[in-house]
Amino acid sequence: MIPAPIVDLVSLSPVIVLSLFAMGVLILDLFIGKDKTVLVFLSLLGLFLAAVSSLAKGTGPIYSFSNSYVVDTFSIFLTFVFAISSALAIMLSVSYNKEQGIKIGEYYSIILFCTVGMIVLASSADLIMIFLGIEIVSISLYILAGIRRTEKRSNEAALKYFLLGAFASGFLLYGMALVYGATGTTHLKDIASVLASSEFKTSPILLMGVVLLVVGFGFKVASVPFHMWAPDVYQGSATPVTAFMSVGPKAAVFAAFFRIFVEGIPNISDYWDTILCIVAVITMFVGNLGAIIQDNMKRLLAYSSISHAGYILVALIAKNSLGMSSLLFYMLAYAFMSFGAFAIIIILDKQNGDNLEVKDYAGLGFKHPVIAVCMSIFLLSLGGLPPFAGFVGKFYIFSAAVKEGYITLVVLGVLNSAISFYYYLRVIVYMYMKEPEGDYQVQPSLAPFSLLVIGIAVFGTIELGIFPGPVISWTMN
Amino acid sequence: MAPLSHYLVLSGILFTIGVMGVLVRRNAIVVFMSIEIMLNAVNISLIAFDRYLGQHDGQIFSFMVMAVAAAEVSVGLAIVIAMFRNKPTINLDEFNLMKW
Repeated sequence: MIPAPIVDLVSLSPVIVLSLFAMGVLILDLFIGKDKTVLVFLSLLGLFLAAVSSLAKGTGPIYSFSNSYVVDTFSIFLTFVFAISSALAIMLSVSYNKEQGIKIGEYYSIILFCTVGMIVLASSADLIMIFLGIEIVSISLYILAGIRRTEKRSNEAALKYFLLGAFASGFLLYGMALVYGATGTTHLKDIASVLASSEFKTSPILLMGVVLLVVGFGFKVASVPFHMWAPDVYQGSATPVTAFMSVGPKAAVFAAFFRIFVEGIPNISDYWDTILCIVAVITMFVGNLGAIIQDNMKRLLAYSSISHAGYILVALIAKNSLGMSSLLFYMLAYAFMSFGAFAIIIILDKQNGDNLEVKDYAGLGFKHPVIAVCMSIFLLSLGGLPPFAGFVGKFYIFSAAVKEGYITLVVLGVLNSAISFYYYLRVIVYMYMKEPEGDYQVQPSLAPFSLLVIGIAVFGTIELGIFPGPVISWTMN
Repeated sequence: MAPLSHYLVLSGILFTIGVMGVLVRRNAIVVFMSIEIMLNAVNISLIAFDRYLGQHDGQIFSFMVMAVAAAEVSVGLAIVIAMFRNKPTINLDEFNLMKW
């Protein structure tokens, strides 16, 4: 007889609220005709309520559903990050979808379903839940990547993302199956206690499983050598979707990565430590060196996001509480910087062009000084220049790693930060110091929602950079 | 009862066949089928572990995998069809609009 698990619907409330809103959006879409603005407000309301309801349980770790779902500071903070990033993505899509002729109401509900998957992923303490969360997120993203059905690039992005994502899921799943077989349980807590006390540590099945997990997660977070899909998918997808997938889903997969490796199998860290260090270093180098040769802004930011995955891996390798809180802080900071940069790309996007090259930014500093200043703030923050959020985030990550004695790793990370300034500054140089070729053509489309996103992003980037205290102390809880 | 290692070897061989299929074949549908072989190979080892350990987690896990695989099939085929409407081929080598 299997005992019935404890059903704790209050813990699950963000997931339930958001799922209901996603279904509501889907149904309402049938009745409202061509103008989808109502759906935008409904989705934003759903995200807001989901974020608020995540506070219902307090901050202490509360396990429910036979230890497979956990509410703690980590999951609550990430729920807020997901709600903010999904809300920013939805607001960015409003004018973009009008201009690009994307008239699909399901778009908003799929973003909400994807957010549900992210919350599940951040709160799961069980291999089965983690697998389900990753698949909810991934399947939603495959659809979002191909949302411009008539556009060949969008089709190609969706196909590449789908095939490689499903391939990676296979590896991830095999890894989970082998870890389950070696330890006899799927609960992360029980895996940790089994590994703390037994001779299983060197079982080949377990080590094989860990390597496959690294491969699977490596694909999902686009770390080198499993990053090849990222630039293509980022370039081919609609720009708000690109912004969305570079922040929320990546943060969610990192959360699961962190839970499995730091909470589930820290006792065999001797085996995975070196692998992850090597992956982190080559991810940073390939991301930053790859970005230098890019001329398309979306591909440039794709490579920049690969390199950021490398920095976040450093926080994971540190394996201490400072590493956890720096990972959370960096996710929030990255959400603001990245959405800001993508928002600028979107408002400068030529109709049906979608391929804004770096040289198109020439002269922007004189024609539209405010936009150029905002873009400079986001790029400098991505590079890690004080007093912006990116600097504080990197500072905390590197200090977490130094505390555990990973000096070489940190030196290489800082070196990479310096390399990254080359391509961020290149855009700024174009904006302020180059004359445009021929007539100046780029006309920003200043929709109110897009301006609101830029405002929020500028505020977040500067606020987190100058007064990081409150957020840091929240993550330290 | 056959020993656990038999099942694990079978699952490993099937998984490898799936991986080779994804890497070698160029037809999108065949690649897709190879991915399904990989997932089902994992199902075999999950059920085998489950039986060997005398638990239930592995069986539940394999049901979840099947449900997810079904959802993945529907989305994947929809993507292939949307793609086929714009460019009537399913050869993966011809999808090269974006490189490096």
